[in-house]
Amino acid sequence: MAKEFDIPVLPAYLEIPELKEGIMDGEGPFKSVQEFQKPLGFPGEKVDNWQQVAIDKMGELKSKYRSVQVFLDSCVKCGACTDKCHYFLGSSDPKNMPVARQDLFRSVYRRHFTFTGKYFPKLVGAKELDDDMLDDWYNYFHQCSQCRRCSVFCPYGIDTAEISMAAREVLDVVGMGQKYCNQILGKALTIGNNLGLPEPALRDTLLDLEEEIEEETGGVAVKYPLDQKGAEILLITPSADFFAEPHIDGLIGYGKVFHQDGVSWTLSSYASEGANFGMFIGSYDVMRKAALRIRKAALDLEVSRVMVGECGHAWRVAYSFWNTLSGVGAGATDEFGQKLQDQLDHRYPQPQHIIEYTHDLIQRGKLAFDKSANDDRTVTFHDSCNVARATNMGGISDGQFILPRDVIKAVCNNYVDMERGTIKEVTFCCGGGGGLLTDDLMEIRVKGAMPRMQALKAVEEDNGVNTLAAICAICKSQFSKVLPKFDFDPYMIVSVHQLVSEAIIMDKPQIAVQKAQPQTDTDDAMLAETAET
Amino acid sequence: MSVISIFFTALFYISLIVFLVGMARKIYQFWMTPAPLKIPTAPTPLTQTGVVMRMMREVALFESLFKSNKWIWLFGWLFHFGLLLVLIRHIRYFWPGDLPDIFLLTQPFKYAAFAMVVGLVGLMLRRVFVERIRYISAPSDYLMLIMLLIIGVSGAVMTFTSNHTDIIMVKEFASGLISFNWANLPTEVHFLVHIFLVFVLMAIFPISKLLHVPGIFFSPTRNQMDDARSKRHISSWALKQEQEHATRLEQTLGKDE
Repeated sequence: MAKEFDIPVLPAYLEIPELKEGIMDGEGPFKSVQEFQKPLGFPGEKVDNWQQVAIDKMGELKSKYRSVQVFLDSCVKCGACTDKCHYFLGSSDPKNMPVARQDLFRSVYRRHFTFTGKYFPKLVGAKELDDDMLDDWYNYFHQCSQCRRCSVFCPYGIDTAEISMAAREVLDVVGMGQKYCNQILGKALTIGNNLGLPEPALRDTLLDLEEEIEEETGGVAVKYPLDQKGAEILLITPSADFFAEPHIDGLIGYGKVFHQDGVSWTLSSYASEGANFGMFIGSYDVMRKAALRIRKAALDLEVSRVMVGECGHAWRVAYSFWNTLSGVGAGATDEFGQKLQDQLDHRYPQPQHIIEYTHDLIQRGKLAFDKSANDDRTVTFHDSCNVARATNMGGISDGQFILPRDVIKAVCNNYVDMERGTIKEVTFCCGGGGGLLTDDLMEIRVKGAMPRMQALKAVEEDNGVNTLAAICAICKSQFSKVLPKFDFDPYMIVSVHQLVSEAIIMDKPQIAVQKAQPQTDTDDAMLAETAET
Repeated sequence: MSVISIFFTALFYISLIVFLVGMARKIYQFWMTPAPLKIPTAPTPLTQTGVVMRMMREVALFESLFKSNKWIWLFGWLFHFGLLLVLIRHIRYFWPGDLPDIFLLTQPFKYAAFAMVVGLVGLMLRRVFVERIRYISAPSDYLMLIMLLIIGVSGAVMTFTSNHTDIIMVKEFASGLISFNWANLPTEVHFLVHIFLVFVLMAIFPISKLLHVPGIFFSPTRNQMDDARSKRHISSWALKQEQEHATRLEQTLGKDE
């Protein structure tokens, strides 16, 4: 399947490419089949009256989502977004320009739902939803990582992710689902995580991890409790953290931080997944179903805090949607939300990000670090799109940019940002988000990574950056795969909590070590010095 | 009244009704369509005041467009701001009777026509010559610019060249439309073209991309504030669904283990 393609050459400056029409034409990712479609309530193959089904679904979606209705009507084709998508910049295919991608959907909307499109289709670019159009939808809406960079630049805030989600939902109901997302969702909704890891396997993995850490730290018994009723914190983390590299080193970091704080915490085998691919396929129902498992785990385990590990879209779903979907949050006035919210401890934000938690401990001087442990590294931080553009941390303006950087700077001496136009709210996607992290989409993943790789190249050359830190499981997996294609070291991608893990000074058993006072930079330097001597 | 005056008088009312009814329906639709999820785009304000400020910057200064592309911003802003001033200046024609002194202040606004035309020409050149924008343009996108250009240029010709039209007649006609004292209108071609296109534009407003005007105010990525964790945001249909436990999945996937 994987066809040969040219890996983009990294330019000294990011340039807007000339259009190459049709260069990313194709079949799209592997299609889902009956086995994966049915559990989600979608038909297993293209239905006979697919056209009618699709149009009806479009009508339903635009009446349920203000975003879809307003965005379809409001675009003036000004062109502001045309050079903002990493997939366009990396592939040159004009259909990867945000507005052109939306127009695949909008042209059909115009044909079927607007006066001008019905009577003057040519004039307004209205098009029929025929087989070719549907194939284009399938192909090009799976070349969008729903990163929302275009939305930052649009004068009306039009968010291609919303259109892309709507289109994928239409594709699902006509029986053209994507295998990768829907297969994974089946596992998450039956077994509890995307990897399909059952409880015994998860327990074994965690035991191994405990042994490994005990060995590495010279006898510190960092625990990874599973299904521990009455724990204070329920940690919901992407299941990649249990197995994948470099993710697992982040999980080691979380455990060490919890251990040092002395808080009781637990993972859940029933809800052992932070990721929620329901968002990628645009289905409110599926997304809610996945979120409800977490609610159930929180209720069953009687926890008072729900915390989220390093995962980009999981944090978007958790921060922005959980309160809506399942009531994990605060301020509910309805019975459903209140039931859970009565149980939660509202002295803490609900849900809380692991970065917020660690950051708070650092602020309060509860953690001690030997920053020199990371002295072999010059670190830069990749803002993951969902965290950067759709969430907050710490309840302060731009907190989602500030907190992770603060944590990194508290544990590393050498930190540099990439070029301003490629980070924070205008960050470039890693290229693998939004349900694209599958080998059958490798070409678009590599091409879409180009703008991020270009910015990374620049700080590598100018500042000697050799470590790329991220707080997203998809970013980490994607970078591990694509970094070598651009001649970077695949191991330069790390979890932020891996950096924490490497620098944190663990209390030895039986020896009460004085915890560090509230830290300032000078304190850090002193600590580092003491550690060196 | 001449036939031509009757035609334009009728066209005005028809266009106005189409505009008002169409816009009311569209705004009602935007208003009534729920936004089920919190989807603001960073940098998201943490307060309601912040959201109002953001919207004002967006509407008055085109903040996001400025971040995006300085040329489109420049031409777009020149056109819109020019149009606004020119429209304000046009109130004098519709004002029945003598003008209050305040209108003296709007006299220099006529020069805004140049800003408007320069902006439109810039936008047109970009649409024609920038490959990416040409690719995404439909015939209606050019047509809209052409109509606005003709409106702008014909207006400027009447104001700044010797091809003046009978301004007293214009005022009688225009204010007559408002006060239902219908009068004849001047019949110079450039004047007729000018008002014909304005009326047409008014009529197509609710069925064209001009809907970006109400659209921006309803854009969830711009009008939502960042309070997802502290306040439960739930749409009517989701709440109903929740109450009925009617998600499709619950039926197909079986009960929770």
